[in-house]
Amino acid sequence: MATQQSRSAARLMMAPAVILLLGWMLVPLIMTLWFSFRKYLPLRGGDQGWVGLENYARFISSSSFWPAVQTTLIIVGGVLIITVAFGIVLALLLDQPMWGQGVVRILVIAPFFVMPTVSALVWKNMFMDPVNGILAHLWKFFGAEPVQWLSQESLQSIVMIVSWQWLPFATLILLTAVQSLDSEQLEAAEMDGAPFLKRFWFIILPHLSRAITIVILIQTIFLLSIFAEIFVTTGGAFGTRTLTYLIFQRVLESQNVGLGSAGGVYAIILANIVALFLMRIVGKNLDT
Amino acid sequence: MGRIQLNQVQKKFGDVEVIPPLDLEINDGEFVVFVGPSGCGKSTLLRLIAGLEDTTAGHIEIDGDDATMLPPAKRGLAMVFQSYALYPHMSVRKNIAFPMRMAKIPQEEQDRRISSAAKALNLTDYLDRRPGQLSGGQRQRVAIGRAIVREPAAFLFDEPLSNLDAALRVGMRMEISELHKKLATTMVYVTHDQVEAMTMADKIVVLHAGVIEQVGSPLELYRNPRNLFVAGFIGSPKMNFVEGPEAAKHDAQTIGIRPEHIDVSTTEGTWQGTVGVAEHLGSDTFIHIHGIPGCDPMTVRASGEMSVVHGDTVYLTPRADQIHRFDAQGLRIG
Ligand SMILES: Nc1ncnc2c1ncn2[C@@H]1O[C@H](COP(=O)(O)OP(=O)(O)OP(=O)(O)O)[C@@H](O)[C@H]1O
Ligand SMILES: [Mg+2]
Repeated sequence: MATQQSRSAARLMMAPAVILLLGWMLVPLIMTLWFSFRKYLPLRGGDQGWVGLENYARFISSSSFWPAVQTTLIIVGGVLIITVAFGIVLALLLDQPMWGQGVVRILVIAPFFVMPTVSALVWKNMFMDPVNGILAHLWKFFGAEPVQWLSQESLQSIVMIVSWQWLPFATLILLTAVQSLDSEQLEAAEMDGAPFLKRFWFIILPHLSRAITIVILIQTIFLLSIFAEIFVTTGGAFGTRTLTYLIFQRVLESQNVGLGSAGGVYAIILANIVALFLMRIVGKNLDT
Repeated sequence: MGRIQLNQVQKKFGDVEVIPPLDLEINDGEFVVFVGPSGCGKSTLLRLIAGLEDTTAGHIEIDGDDATMLPPAKRGLAMVFQSYALYPHMSVRKNIAFPMRMAKIPQEEQDRRISSAAKALNLTDYLDRRPGQLSGGQRQRVAIGRAIVREPAAFLFDEPLSNLDAALRVGMRMEISELHKKLATTMVYVTHDQVEAMTMADKIVVLHAGVIEQVGSPLELYRNPRNLFVAGFIGSPKMNFVEGPEAAKHDAQTIGIRPEHIDVSTTEGTWQGTVGVAEHLGSDTFIHIHGIPGCDPMTVRASGEMSVVHGDTVYLTPRADQIHRFDAQGLRIG
């Protein structure tokens, strides 16, 4: 047990870090809230005073708001489903003893180290380019018409790129969970007459549920704010404008800081709704 | 029915031969115990029977049918693991029901078997708990319950009691023995504890480095150990081995005398020695005696009343009809 003295000393020594962190988070948040209630057009008259809730009303009634929310949710949901599903398959495969295991594992993790901007550029120019991309060549090889990925299948393309980036993370977390499963449990289930799919469903999947929960929660936090992938590939066109991207456009392209700030507050609310929703469905896995 | 027959069964892990070809017959309804020191291949042999490992060579027959290539689920055997291997996210009821669910047994029949197993194993009050909320002994019983409801041809146990404390172990030992009497189903039981082997088995299989040293009833093994290894392994405390001139007097390379077959006296006897450590158990006293030619120390079992202390001189006399003689190869003579 800490004594009274050591506790107050600890508090004193932690204070700078805590204050710094608080400032770090609170200052931008308060500034966002502040600007969201003002008419602030940096290139067209600057700060023009209070407007009450006008920014909020304008942002939500804009025709791009609900599509942006929808796009955001589709991307987050799509990427979550793909990364968790393939993450489980990859984790199970990587858990098998095989030749060159170490190298394979590093290769699987590699995409995680590539910066989002770079990976988006690589996908855009090397894979999805309708003339020179590898996928275009593949399609032509089989005699099909190359797909105009980023303009025709834009949302799917972005989901694909982002999934590729996050798959290693999911795989890695799920792999450690797979490895922690007691092999005697699987053998017991095998003796109890459960074929592989039943063993997967009744033993492996429940064992992984906690790891899956963590993957979903952490990824959601980051996926709600993806930006570089959209900026680099479609620039928000072809129905790929997420809420984050919409805010970016309002602030930088239309130079309306007040409106963008109101959007920022909506983004916070959306993130909290999603988080609450996720905690409800998957969060209960964390207490058992 | 549960007759298991191993014909020239061999197991190699890579180049390492863990079990050289061996033959073994387990009769229907028998309680067979595999016993041997750690790493001798007991678990491996059990897992070969269960089908969790593939045989390198040889055949396994269950009830006269070749089961060598059958997957574990098709062999009709149930196994209780050392770690219990319960499914942690399922309630006790679901754990016990799992094999029946896999076998698609009707719900009413499942419920009937679960309640009768729960009654037999004192689990009725715990059916809705998770394994994590049970004590070690209760988990053990759940694992046994999960095995019973399948009504298998034979039960396989891999050191099921080694995670329990000493008192509980004695209790569970009795329960498993009673279960065997009641079900009259073949049981194959692996342990490294010779006391468990002696008290539970109809037939003991002593293994050493994958080789079967001797097969027989507990008393057969105790009275007529076939070689030095079995002689030293069965019985507690261990048999004393005497070499050199004393053994030569009996025309043997080594003679063995159990601690309970030596008379101790403070006045006269065949051998003279000094007391090292005396372990007083109350009912008996185990005395370790130094200075006996060819055997140091020699352990004897004296009655609890015997009061000797470190440094006392004592005289020992082995009972002539209880001396085991072994030749240079370590095999029993006569
Ligand atoms: N999968 C494996 N790969 C390689 N060697 C193995 C494997 N499993 C067991 N062995 C070896 O086989 C030998 C017998 O192992 P086994 O588990 O059957 O011993 P055991 O008699 O059950 O011992 P214990 O009483 O400690 O459980 C050991 O030397 C072990 O190292
Ligand atoms: Mg073992």
